[in-house]
Amino acid sequence: MKICVLVKEVPDAAVEKRMDPSTKRLDRSGEKNLNPFDTHAIEAAMQIKEGGAVDVDEIVAVTMGPESAVRALHKAVSLGADRSVHLTDPALAGSDVCATGYALAQVLKAESPDLVLLGQQSDDGECYTVGAVVADHLQMPSLTQVIKIDVQDGKLRCERQAEYGYDTVEVELPAVISVGDAINEPRYPSLKAIMGAKKKPLDTKSAADVGIDPSRVGEQGSRTAVLAINPPPAKEPGEIIEDEDTDETVQKIVSWLEERKLLA
Amino acid sequence: MSGILVYALHYQGEFNKNSLGAVSQGAKLARELGQDAAAVVVGGDDLTDELCASLGKYGVSKVYRAKAPEGLAQPVVDVMAKVIRDNGYSYALFGGGLLGFEIGAGLTARLGAGVTMEVTAIKAQDGKLVAERPILQDSAVVDVDYVGEPGIVIGRLNAFEIEESGGGPAQVEDVDVQLSEWSTKAKMVQRGEQRGADVNIEDADILVAGGRGLGKAEGFRMCEELAEALGGAVAATRAVVDAGWYPYAAQIGQTGKTVAPKLYLAAGISGAIQHKVGMQNSENIVAINKDPNAPIFEFSDLGIVGDLNKILPKLIEAVKAKKGG
Ligand SMILES: Cc1cc2nc3c(=O)[nH]c(=O)nc-3n(C[C@H](O)[C@H](O)[C@H](O)COP(=O)(O)OP(=O)(O)OC[C@H]3O[C@@H](n4cnc5c(N)ncnc54)[C@H](O)[C@@H]3O)c2cc1C
Ligand SMILES: Nc1ncnc2c1ncn2[C@@H]1O[C@H](COP(=O)(O)O)[C@@H](O)[C@H]1O
Repeated sequence: MKICVLVKEVPDAAVEKRMDPSTKRLDRSGEKNLNPFDTHAIEAAMQIKEGGAVDVDEIVAVTMGPESAVRALHKAVSLGADRSVHLTDPALAGSDVCATGYALAQVLKAESPDLVLLGQQSDDGECYTVGAVVADHLQMPSLTQVIKIDVQDGKLRCERQAEYGYDTVEVELPAVISVGDAINEPRYPSLKAIMGAKKKPLDTKSAADVGIDPSRVGEQGSRTAVLAINPPPAKEPGEIIEDEDTDETVQKIVSWLEERKLLA
Repeated sequence: MSGILVYALHYQGEFNKNSLGAVSQGAKLARELGQDAAAVVVGGDDLTDELCASLGKYGVSKVYRAKAPEGLAQPVVDVMAKVIRDNGYSYALFGGGLLGFEIGAGLTARLGAGVTMEVTAIKAQDGKLVAERPILQDSAVVDVDYVGEPGIVIGRLNAFEIEESGGGPAQVEDVDVQLSEWSTKAKMVQRGEQRGADVNIEDADILVAGGRGLGKAEGFRMCEELAEALGGAVAATRAVVDAGWYPYAAQIGQTGKTVAPKLYLAAGISGAIQHKVGMQNSENIVAINKDPNAPIFEFSDLGIVGDLNKILPKLIEAVKAKKGG
């Protein structure tokens, strides 16, 4: 079995994220990192490989992004992927969900995986949708927000929370599954794995390499356009107490609650 | 093309509240655009003529009904893609919830359509819809326009109000859909399992909610003690429910419950959007978190930056002393 894991490079959690008012795209300067939600997808792939219920021949990390995104691939490889594929092309810049999902599906078609794993969301885009878009292009069954995967008789038995409680769904392979962050506790890469990551095979692909129709990607292929960026509705800032002397802090909380008649 | 098609999710013979909000919103926007709104329902025999026609109350004149497996997105993608293609709808609209995300995403691929998600408001402008979508953890709101048709709008939980517009029963039309081969390759084994005890939190005036910051399942004892001292109940985040620390029935948020108590005291909760949407209308929000940058401080009335393990035990004692004295 071959597993492809979709990973994305995102601004580091410590970086204040903002929109660039001139391009109306995310300002991508500053420190970047592998999308933390994707580490759960890599870990899920590793656990399937190590679980023994099915033979996993290889785990391939796949990303679409600018040149700098190779670092996210190195990180993915240090966490267990065997090799990686980097789709990068100026024509892809500014792609929306519709265009991104199509482009990623084109790279994946060239790999023909038995299983595609994704994170529950990208930390910057927060779209929650790329998995299901990719699945439809690949004509594969799909499920998102999965928190348990068991491989049984060549099928996946998945659990997740949906609108009315926990659902258990059996999914035939090949399939596209996005995993929730409660599915596992990602391991830390070993020093050796970090050092070795750059030596693992990395394929760089252009849009033409994977047969992407240029009119369907980038800004011109996108089906949404940002008209304006506005501040959120104003809200009175709340009171903040830094806990230095806990007895004092607790007294302040109690008076605050009393003033609002919440201790009656 | 013209008109708005709204997906209405149902379960055990009842429509989802967020779907009814979306139906009301779709009908209202269609009126503003001078177009029609219709709903689409997918499921089994519990979708009676009467149940489907009842959507007319919320302003739609027509309901498309298809027989297909329930609780999974891809069969609904097949149904909606056909209805949109055959009837030329300009927009597909979804209320907040997990399936809406998946169906909307599938339609995006199938129809080469633009999609917006977590939408908090929709404007009818120059004969088109413009979606307002908060981004970057609600630190900005973008107005998004659709290029070409159809456009897919996925709402945020509780974004759209349920409004009865005084319409009569909607006309029900059965649609026969050949499911795609891949849509039949996922099968529901068990749906809507309620894990853990059945607790009632919706009627409580005071909720003490715990998150991953409690460190372990036993951490919830502190929440229980504080809730008891305050005369309230205990709530939880998805992270801790999925981890098995607390029952699902106590979960607040997108796939849990929506509450608006007099006091919501959040301990060790980061304040992710999917949690926020279930509790942001609480009268008073108090948050204890050791990370001064935690998003929850952006919408709490009183924020305490500190370690809950130090604060909660003393707070429990102090509240007990006050209440007892
Ligand atoms: C489709 C979808 C649906 C979802 N539905 C829901 C839902 O219904 N409900 C829901 O809650 N979430 C939901 N989520 C998940 C949500 O995005 C968050 O992952 C989740 O709410 C985080 O839970 P948490 O705050 O407990 O954990 P974390 O985000 O891990 O936060 C823990 C917090 O505890 C703080 N902390 C740690 N130690 C201490 C200490 N000693 N003292 C004080 N503070 C401490 C940390 O600083 C941190 O801010 C959903 C996500 C998706 C994608
Ligand atoms: N540009 C990209 N390259 C590779 N994977 C991506 C990309 N964008 C999104 N993904 C994957 O899709 C998941 C969901 O992202 P999103 O729908 O943007 O919230 C992420 O966790 C990644 O696994």
